[in-house]
Amino acid sequence: MELFQLTAHQLAEMLKKGEASAEEITRAVFARIYEVEDRIQAYVTVTEETAYQAAKEIDRKRREGEIPGPLAGIPAGLKDNLCTRGTRTTCSSRMLENFVPPYDATVVKKLAAAGAVFTGKLNMDEFAMGSSTENSAFFPTRNPWHLGYVPGGSSGGAAAAVAAGEAVYALGSDTGGSIRQPASFCGIVGLKPTYGLVSRFGLVAFASSLDQIGPLTKDVRDCALVLNAIAGHDPLDSTSAPFPVPDYTSYLTGEARGVKVGVPREFFGKGLDPRVGEVVRAAISRLEDLGAVVEECSFPHAEYALPCYYIIAPAEASSNLARYDGVRYGYRAAPEKGGNYNLLEMYMRTRSEGFGPEVKRRIMLGTYALSSGYYDAYYLKALKLRTLIRQDFNRLFEQFDVIVSPTSPTPPFRFGEKAGDPLVMYLSDVYTIPINLAGIPALSLPCGFVEGLPVGLQIMAPPFGEGTLLRVAYAYEQSTPYHLARPPLKGEPEQEPVEKTGP
Amino acid sequence: MMAEYEAVIGLEVHVELRTKSKAFCSCPNVFGSEPNTNVCPVCLGLPGVLPVLNQAVLEYAVRTGLALNCEIASFSKFDRKNYFYPDLPKNYQISQYDLPLCRNGYLELEVEGVKRRIGITRVHMEEDAGKLIHGEGEDADCSLVDTNRAGVPLLEIVTEPDLRSPEEARLFLEKLKAILQYIDVSDCKMEEGSLRCDANISVRPVGTNVLNPKTEIKNMNSFRAVHRALSAEMARQCAIWEAGGRVVRETRAWDEEQGTTVGMRTKEEASDYRYFPDPDLVPIVLSSDFIARVREGLPELPEARKQRFVREYGLPSYDAGVLTSSRPLADFYEACVRGYPDPKTVSNWIMGEFLRLLKASDLEVAETKLTPSHLVEMLELLKEGTISGKIAKTVFEEMFRTGKRAREIVEARGLVQISDEAELARVVDEVLAAHPGVVADYRSGKEKALAFLVGQVMKATRGKANPQAVNKIIKEKIQ
Repeated sequence: MELFQLTAHQLAEMLKKGEASAEEITRAVFARIYEVEDRIQAYVTVTEETAYQAAKEIDRKRREGEIPGPLAGIPAGLKDNLCTRGTRTTCSSRMLENFVPPYDATVVKKLAAAGAVFTGKLNMDEFAMGSSTENSAFFPTRNPWHLGYVPGGSSGGAAAAVAAGEAVYALGSDTGGSIRQPASFCGIVGLKPTYGLVSRFGLVAFASSLDQIGPLTKDVRDCALVLNAIAGHDPLDSTSAPFPVPDYTSYLTGEARGVKVGVPREFFGKGLDPRVGEVVRAAISRLEDLGAVVEECSFPHAEYALPCYYIIAPAEASSNLARYDGVRYGYRAAPEKGGNYNLLEMYMRTRSEGFGPEVKRRIMLGTYALSSGYYDAYYLKALKLRTLIRQDFNRLFEQFDVIVSPTSPTPPFRFGEKAGDPLVMYLSDVYTIPINLAGIPALSLPCGFVEGLPVGLQIMAPPFGEGTLLRVAYAYEQSTPYHLARPPLKGEPEQEPVEKTGP
Repeated sequence: MMAEYEAVIGLEVHVELRTKSKAFCSCPNVFGSEPNTNVCPVCLGLPGVLPVLNQAVLEYAVRTGLALNCEIASFSKFDRKNYFYPDLPKNYQISQYDLPLCRNGYLELEVEGVKRRIGITRVHMEEDAGKLIHGEGEDADCSLVDTNRAGVPLLEIVTEPDLRSPEEARLFLEKLKAILQYIDVSDCKMEEGSLRCDANISVRPVGTNVLNPKTEIKNMNSFRAVHRALSAEMARQCAIWEAGGRVVRETRAWDEEQGTTVGMRTKEEASDYRYFPDPDLVPIVLSSDFIARVREGLPELPEARKQRFVREYGLPSYDAGVLTSSRPLADFYEACVRGYPDPKTVSNWIMGEFLRLLKASDLEVAETKLTPSHLVEMLELLKEGTISGKIAKTVFEEMFRTGKRAREIVEARGLVQISDEAELARVVDEVLAAHPGVVADYRSGKEKALAFLVGQVMKATRGKANPQAVNKIIKEKIQ
């Protein structure tokens, strides 16, 4: 395999042995970007110059006898809602098209301290709202397994970049499945950590009580390595957990014997593509073969997760996105030609022009759900449902070590296939959303294919059960070949590649 | 027939806390800096940043709640109050809604000798917004935003509608200010906006319990303005009822120049703030240990100090009340008494000259050049007869103005009192010789004539003569 196809831990091994330099690896990844980016369109911003500087710095350190950590010198991409000091952070929105933060997100700082080489900022659904990256205000990203298909969303750019070798790993954010679903669609590993395990400081907020940053990697070991680097308490985020974090690679034993695995029947019912169901059931059998104890179980409030989420997330979003008003930074609409406008008109024009349709839809939903007279009927009721969903999980985790399900009810879909109907699109996250509502960790890893398109297996664990998650995922992964497959970049987009209209 | 009405007044007081840093970031919390210099991404609400509660804010809020006899919630949270405004960086304000930190407190007032208990509905924490500076002249079509104040910690103190007159409202505010200063949570400078007050007022016939529609008065920026605004509004409402009309529920602004309240907006279009729990901040859970620790750290409050002044210094209740009305004043008094243990004399000087000069120069105790040791030194000069009471006043004024010591002033200006009888007798002789008519008047029984003659001697000695001695000498010489 070529350098860009390797995992972080493989590259780290080569660096250690002197078989490659960080600069060479970085060159290989940028060469790959030049080779395939016009077809994949994963990047909003490429930061080649600073990447080489960082790579050279790591090489220098190594030459001088320092032993940098396992991620040092490895090229990584960042979803474009993670603030990067001096580098534009757009959230794939017109609203922030020219926003250059004067600060780094805590995860960016931590990775930089670990010696990461940042390749650039990755495309996403605008403000992380969407499941296909078709909501990017700039251009859609394509699935490297078949260019006519979406990469999932909202971390679609991150997932596609990692799958296509345009970054060795990436950080995404997951509010309702935005790491796991694209990981599933692109055939890679994606982890949504426990709420509070990873600092959210510097992550442009979508829904604060649900958002969590996590890794998108080529395999489970990389996932553990990246989690090691980004987890831990941050005094800048009061919701971050004040606990010490273990070395997650210590859980990668290859053993799954005796692990109690729950399979909620509600995740295998109506709406699940039978071909996906078949692949996932086969994966569960594989776990059994490895000695896991598998048992069917019930998740009674599963059907309420989606409506509950579509009250809470938009409610928080409506408030979080109120700051984009054209007053201090970001996009400001001009008055109508030759005219003038007052403050209210400036607000309205700015927000009308700066936000895309999905963002507006959710702001309106959220504003409505929080307004007086509807608060009790919607928002408060959703909070109660959220508690019931948490309790369902608590009960399940009294009985099981992990719970498994498909990550997405369908394989990747074609561009435009669901974009016209938001409700159909929302169903794409039906299995991932309950996890965010409960704040527990979950991971998606490749478990097979449907007609050449990847299918993901979702594994859930109790709060701060990342170790268990990684252990089970690693045991499964090591007994199957799916993580070794690399996408062929085949097929043609429905239409000619859209010219990048982005910044 | 206005006397038949009483007011029903409730106050909403906003107090800026004098913590070192802002409520949710480490920016300095100071007044008067260059615009937009005390700001960071957090208080500007830039994308991606998160608020983290300043623990001092919590402690100050608990201190305030305890001083106002409130229950302190062991579980509380922050909510977002959503509204668009150009000086509100996030377009929501972090505040507290249904679970305020403190509630059900009270503050006791003495109004015309009667003790009154004014209920405190709630005390909650929130962040301040920035400030808009509206352009003038050529810039009249633009407004500038200064975000230095954005994120400054505020307490909102809401009273029950227990106040019955504008005077009570003023007394309440004075007492509240004294308490807040005693517990050192705010400098309470109304002119700098660190204490702001809105008032709800309705009127009703005395002896009834009806609650008539109320109006909310804003824009009052001094205690005097609160008193005037409420009096004006009370008169306005009474006149409406007297004329058979109906007061409408609305928000009114106080127009200081016109001395009237002016309608701003009717309450019908009440804002929908879409409050919901702020997901960026964890709930506040307070242990009883923490609350007990804060309670132990509370200083002696004004009421207790007043009682002690009466007990310990034998002062009249009135004196004790005035002296303890502010902590710096009470501290000043006690420092003076320690140096010059004649409590009533010290009280007279502080309540008389000191307060008069403070008021005339519009200064706070801490801002003057006069220290307790200045006053003590002057009182000693007075006691030993080096200066007269009249000279003392002159000396006091100069000490106040310049910060010079009493002895220095007396020496530099040659103000030492003349008590030497021979020297005084010589001056008296001159005065008597110059005013034979007045001397005759005195002899014919006009007592006032004596005062004139004494005055002439004082004038001749430029106030340095010992008046008692002069009196004595004149009487001896004339009789």
